[in-house]
Amino acid sequence: MVRSRRDIVWLPTFALLVAFAVPWPLWGVDRVVAGLPVWIWWHVAWLGLCTVLFSLFARSGAWERGMGLRPEGDRP
Amino acid sequence: MTLGLSLGIVVGYLLFALAVGLVAYRVSETTAEDYYLASRSIGTVVLLFTTFATLLSAFTFFGGPNLAFAAGPEWLIVMGTLDGVLFAVLWYAIGYKQWLIGNRNGYVTLGEMLGDRFGSTGLRALVAGVSLLWLFPYVMLQQMGAGEALVGLTDGVVPYWGGAALITAFMILYVVLAGMRGVAWTDTIQGLFMLSVVWIAAVWVVSAVGGVGAATGAMLEARPEFGSFGGGVYSVGFIVSTAITIAFGVTMFPQINQRFFVAKSGETLKRSFALWPVLVLLLFVPAFMLGAWAAGMPVDVPDGANVLPVVLNEYTPAWFAALVIAGAMAAMMSSSDSMLLSGSSYFTRDLYRPVVNADASERREAWVARIGVAGFALLAFVASLFRPGTLIEVGDTAFSGFALLALPVICALYWERTTRTGMIVGVLVPQLVYLAVVLSAVVGSVPTLPRAVFGGWDIALGLMALSAVLTVGVSLLTAPTAESDASRFAVTGD
Repeated sequence: MVRSRRDIVWLPTFALLVAFAVPWPLWGVDRVVAGLPVWIWWHVAWLGLCTVLFSLFARSGAWERGMGLRPEGDRP
Repeated sequence: MTLGLSLGIVVGYLLFALAVGLVAYRVSETTAEDYYLASRSIGTVVLLFTTFATLLSAFTFFGGPNLAFAAGPEWLIVMGTLDGVLFAVLWYAIGYKQWLIGNRNGYVTLGEMLGDRFGSTGLRALVAGVSLLWLFPYVMLQQMGAGEALVGLTDGVVPYWGGAALITAFMILYVVLAGMRGVAWTDTIQGLFMLSVVWIAAVWVVSAVGGVGAATGAMLEARPEFGSFGGGVYSVGFIVSTAITIAFGVTMFPQINQRFFVAKSGETLKRSFALWPVLVLLLFVPAFMLGAWAAGMPVDVPDGANVLPVVLNEYTPAWFAALVIAGAMAAMMSSSDSMLLSGSSYFTRDLYRPVVNADASERREAWVARIGVAGFALLAFVASLFRPGTLIEVGDTAFSGFALLALPVICALYWERTTRTGMIVGVLVPQLVYLAVVLSAVVGSVPTLPRAVFGGWDIALGLMALSAVLTVGVSLLTAPTAESDASRFAVTGD
């Protein structure tokens, strides 16, 4: 097993990313910002954040370690 | 005149798409067996777009805008969350794991993988049978969508059944002529084309009505409740259960699940995973916002028509509206074909060969596959004439049926103690219950069982939980059979 303890942090991160892709804090809010309801902007920005964090996850080696494998660059 | 032009463009484009498929078939001269194995060399762009192609269905182009038009733009949030984020996470948890296992053991279908791990032909056939069952309403959905699209485009001159029949004919032609190959890169071309025209359409319509602000303003004037998040059909229960059932369901879709086995390298899966949320957003924002904005536009949507063609007809030239509809129908056709083809590989590999005729020649198997696909598409066409629900309802039924497979599969992938009996009970019981619920709505003589309880919570979500409880519980109570081999699913060591 080469799973690193720091990788555990990805579990709550993914849970948060999924949970708040829905703009729950803006429930019932009807403000319009720049032509669209503000909660649509939240969602657009959130999915952008997801792409950034997903690529970080994939590049950091946590992708392989999560399955109990050794990332490419780590080979002795 | 305009009518002839519109229909000409639709039929012409469908023929063009068919020709592309034929060329792809001629270029890649591979045997049926090679198709799946050679596909293990699929790269990032093609993998991304063949997966994306599943989104290019009547569910996205017509069902989504219709719902946004009727109930508000929250549908964008539901679909973005489930497809852009939750599906991406499952892409890793289920997809990457399946890729690792499939790469070691050479699996091509989900049923094959599970059947081998648990040493059970019965489980293999069960998984294939369940998958084919839920593929049926999803193919039917494409026929309904096409029928309604032509009603909208031609103001009802072409009847509903005409559009449905047209796409059915092309589906069968495409499969029989273009066969089992080359689907992947036609999907890619269709995907890029549709992504572009949906944006052009959005820009065109929005500039005709005076900009994004004006479009939203008019929408809010007509339907003030569209501006605030939640409310109406969009209850907490609806949002959560729809997002969860569809996201898990998509992973068990035959052609999506099969993609998990075919990536060239882990790198391909990784890159697709990271790009996914943005790609999804690029398609959903223009498609669904057009539907929501239409609520404030002076358009008249006839009963049983889709809102998107009506809006395009009003604000863009007839040739462009026809082109978008043609593109959507061609994309629907090509994605139905990847579904039908994956379905046919489930049918021949997991049902026909192991259960019916183990010694069938390859030639015979190929014919069984083709006849099976044609029969399947025709039956779905007949069923689509009864229009058993809205596009979203029918699609959701299919997704939920697939979703009930997901948790037992995850259990098998990650928990060595899972047993064959646990899997069979965990798959079979929730399926039977769900099937009873779905059929009770179709069959007139029995009382209709509720699909949702406590204000929008989908019954399928409860059945998903049941499938997990049964798989784990029964596995704990039973001993692994001698034929099962947990090491088949190991990804490390030798």
